[in-house]
Amino acid sequence: MGNLFSSVFFKLFGNKDVRILILGLDSAGKTTILYKLQCGEVLTTIPTIGFNVESITYKNIRFFLWDLGGQSAIRPYWRCYYPNTNAIIYVVDSSDPDRLGIANEELAAMLSEEELRTTPLLVFANKQDLPGALTDAQVSEGLKLSSLKNRQWAIFKTSAINGVGIYEGLDWLVNVISSGG
Amino acid sequence: MVVKKDDDESELVFENLEKGQVIQEKRAFNETPVHPRKCSLVISQFLYLLSRGDTFTTTEATEIFFAATKLFQSKDIPLRRLMWLLLKEFSLLSQDAIIVISSLTKDMTNPMSLYRANAIRILCKITDSFILPQIDRYFKQSIVEKDPHVASSALVSSIHLLKVSPEIVKRWVNEVQEAVNNKSNMVQYHAIALLHRIKQHDRLAVTKAVSTLIKGSIRSPYSQAYLIRCAVEVIEETNTEDPVFYDYINSCLRSKNEMVAYEAARSICALKNSSKKEITSAVSVLQNFLGSSKSTLKFAAVRTLNKLAQTNPAAVIPCNVDMESLITDSNRSIATLAITTLLKIGNESNVERLIKQIANFLDDINDEFKIVVVEAVTLLSQKFPKKYKHLILFLNKILRDEGTLQLKQSTLDAILTVVNNIPESKEIALTELCDFIEDCEFPDLSVQILHLLGQEGPLTSQPSQYIRYIYNRVLLDSGIIRAAAVNSIAKFGLLYEPMKEKVIILLGRCLLDEDDEVRDRATLYLQLLKQNNTRELTRLLVDDVPVPLVNLQKSLEHYINDGDFGQAFDLGSVSTVIESMPSPILEGKSSKQTSQSGGVTPKSLSTESNDGAPESYSTKLAQIPEFSTFGKLLKSSEIVELTENETEYVVNCVKHIFKEHIVFQFNCTNTLNYQRLENVSVKMIPSNPKSVKYECSIPIEILNFDEIQSCFVAIRYHPDNLPLCNFKNTLKFRTKEIDPSTGEPDDQGYDDQYSIEELEVSVKDFIQRTFVTNWKEEFAKLPEQEPATFALVSVKNLNDAVKQMISTLGMAPAEKSETVVPKSNKHQLFLSGKSLSTGALILARARMILDQSGLNTDVELTVKSDDQNLIDLILSSF
Repeated sequence: MGNLFSSVFFKLFGNKDVRILILGLDSAGKTTILYKLQCGEVLTTIPTIGFNVESITYKNIRFFLWDLGGQSAIRPYWRCYYPNTNAIIYVVDSSDPDRLGIANEELAAMLSEEELRTTPLLVFANKQDLPGALTDAQVSEGLKLSSLKNRQWAIFKTSAINGVGIYEGLDWLVNVISSGG
Repeated sequence: MVVKKDDDESELVFENLEKGQVIQEKRAFNETPVHPRKCSLVISQFLYLLSRGDTFTTTEATEIFFAATKLFQSKDIPLRRLMWLLLKEFSLLSQDAIIVISSLTKDMTNPMSLYRANAIRILCKITDSFILPQIDRYFKQSIVEKDPHVASSALVSSIHLLKVSPEIVKRWVNEVQEAVNNKSNMVQYHAIALLHRIKQHDRLAVTKAVSTLIKGSIRSPYSQAYLIRCAVEVIEETNTEDPVFYDYINSCLRSKNEMVAYEAARSICALKNSSKKEITSAVSVLQNFLGSSKSTLKFAAVRTLNKLAQTNPAAVIPCNVDMESLITDSNRSIATLAITTLLKIGNESNVERLIKQIANFLDDINDEFKIVVVEAVTLLSQKFPKKYKHLILFLNKILRDEGTLQLKQSTLDAILTVVNNIPESKEIALTELCDFIEDCEFPDLSVQILHLLGQEGPLTSQPSQYIRYIYNRVLLDSGIIRAAAVNSIAKFGLLYEPMKEKVIILLGRCLLDEDDEVRDRATLYLQLLKQNNTRELTRLLVDDVPVPLVNLQKSLEHYINDGDFGQAFDLGSVSTVIESMPSPILEGKSSKQTSQSGGVTPKSLSTESNDGAPESYSTKLAQIPEFSTFGKLLKSSEIVELTENETEYVVNCVKHIFKEHIVFQFNCTNTLNYQRLENVSVKMIPSNPKSVKYECSIPIEILNFDEIQSCFVAIRYHPDNLPLCNFKNTLKFRTKEIDPSTGEPDDQGYDDQYSIEELEVSVKDFIQRTFVTNWKEEFAKLPEQEPATFALVSVKNLNDAVKQMISTLGMAPAEKSETVVPKSNKHQLFLSGKSLSTGALILARARMILDQSGLNTDVELTVKSDDQNLIDLILSSF
């Protein structure tokens, strides 16, 4: 269905640029996901001081992916990058239930910003390869996703290491953006 | 930068840029996709604003910085370049510039060298010693890169980082060593510069590194020039006899590269121990440059020769002809330097010609250069006193031509200097000046000249010829000048008896002047002249004010501001302590310490320099009740260091001399951050306990880390028996450890003491520097004294001998005798001072000669004073 739609879309609109923020707590796997998407490999990363930005083209859409550092010292700067954002990818470390509460607080604070009022939200319940990882339903509950209003959202079980779930999530985004834009 | 005509329009667009408007434009950075052209223009505008001097608040700068970070998504090279520039400039203004670190380290892995080179330059600006360890591998990699752009960027950045975290940069020394072999000239130069800075504090390592580099094959001209400077540094700091350094500099003289050859020549001229032969070859290199078509080269050469001419005029003489042709050089800086050099090396026979030559093009040069010429001519008068006539006429020509007050004032000062130094020049100078005041547009100058006429006129062979000029001023000029003229006339009446009657008549005519001041002065002088009251007249007209004018001004300002005019102003209340400069040695030390360790806070520095001025000492001491009965502060000594600078407690002392008391002020610094000192005092044990009586001691209550405070000890002495002795000193205090977690001191602490160096009270503490106008005359007037002879052991040079004599005696050099003729082996030093207690004048003459071995200086010292007791004390200090 996605494939069919995007080919129709391509015929109608040609190429399109979108701007995506990848956010989440530190060591959730944001940078690893970014480079998995960009070059298809798992790179060794270090904690991001600041941000990384890469562009990838997927299904004729050019994505500018902004991976912002998740350390508490850097979180205050997220807001500098909110304007003109087409979608947010929120990455959660499913193997770390202790910090799910903090992840929820940060998410809620971010979504309450005026600039992101209706921005679509894609949640990655990451690190599914680790034993004892929470299910997507548990993560969804922890983040209180069901209470979101006036916003398109979805949650996917992912593993940046073996690539599970990431492209499914991206397909969802393509769909949303194509229909919305 | 040369702006082409086509660019004029865009130049104008930028001219009227407004900061607020450009800040609005920064929204272009947020657009997706990025429009490179639009963003580039906005960045250029920001950079233009910065270079124009516009300032940005931290908020503005931070917003701009963060907006610009959005451009990291662009791969457009020209835009990227501008973005890096903008980030680099704003990284210091903006908060939280660390936000770009990840993106920059990513750029560091980019295959394009442009990315790496630019990124590293910004990284160097935003890293601190916490972040650097995480990214230092990028620096190490880049330093050894073949690409010159990247390697140079990394090396230059490292030079900057050396200030931020020296320890880390020092670990890169192997990489830097490798970069020295880089094929690029620039990289090699930067690598050598960094290597030198890394080893800077280790003299032995510098010497070793420089000699290795010299022997290697360094081809880059920049590196060669830098190595010459390093070699000079090694020679000067280590006094090495190793010929390798001299040989290198000499070999560079023959370099085909002008910069290298010039650097070598300049170094040889500046080095103290250059041989005659070396200087000759250096000068001939410079001489070649004088004929160059490049202005920079000519300027450099003539400037160096000018400097050399100050100490060694003979060496510059071969360049005479070349220099003369530069007088008419279209570049005025070169021309002026050429003239002043010529004047310095001029000899008796060509001075006249030179002066004429200069007079010819005087109209072409502006006032600032004329002042330089005037100063050079003044110096010339001291060298060739016989040529005074030409010099005076020349100066007078400048005085009469159009010109600013500043130029004319310098010229008049020059004439006064000539008149003071060469008595024969007096009459011709006075005649010329009389002519000048007939038509002088600056009242200030007229007043000064009238003062001079009154002072010197009566003592010339024909005093009467001046009086007409002076009286003309009374008839024709404004009030302030008329008043000065009245003074001048009165002096003639006082100093030249035959004219007294005429002066009385002239003063009588001034009694009806419309200006109060003129009338008052005339009335007063007329009265005194008629009464023949010579004593009072002398006091009013001839004697100098008995206190330093600066202090008088301060006291008068204070008196006026107080607004209490019930009591008359008392001249006796003016301090006679001459403000001396704060000890330069001490300042040098402290600033060096700051730069090395970064441990001393600026606060401590400023307190120190504030304390340097005696005026503030006297105010400060007057506030301490214990000292209020001691009377007026007579003198404060220089600061004496009683500890090394690196010790746990740094203590220095200032001796304050009162009529019957001495107050020792100990400035103490606590450099231990885990300690708090309480009840800090100094215990002093005199070597001669009979001559002093302990008065009181004021301790420091609490001395925290990095604080400077003073404790005091006061002693009493009898003015007839000066307490010349040594004091053994011990610092006593109670230490309390500071708990690092709370910052609070522990409750008990323990008593401790710390011995500091001895302090000497010597005769110079009781002598005030003073200045006499005619030293030789005064010296002849005083009763003859037997000279004392002694040797200053291992003082190998007369300059040092002069310095030592001045500092031992604490007296002021007179007749400019503190300057030693270079390369001579004997010298006479004239000193003057006065006793603090009796005010008796003390004059000392030291004849000094290097002994035959050249290792010691023999001194014959004659001290004269009306106070025989003092003479004995002074001689006993050697």
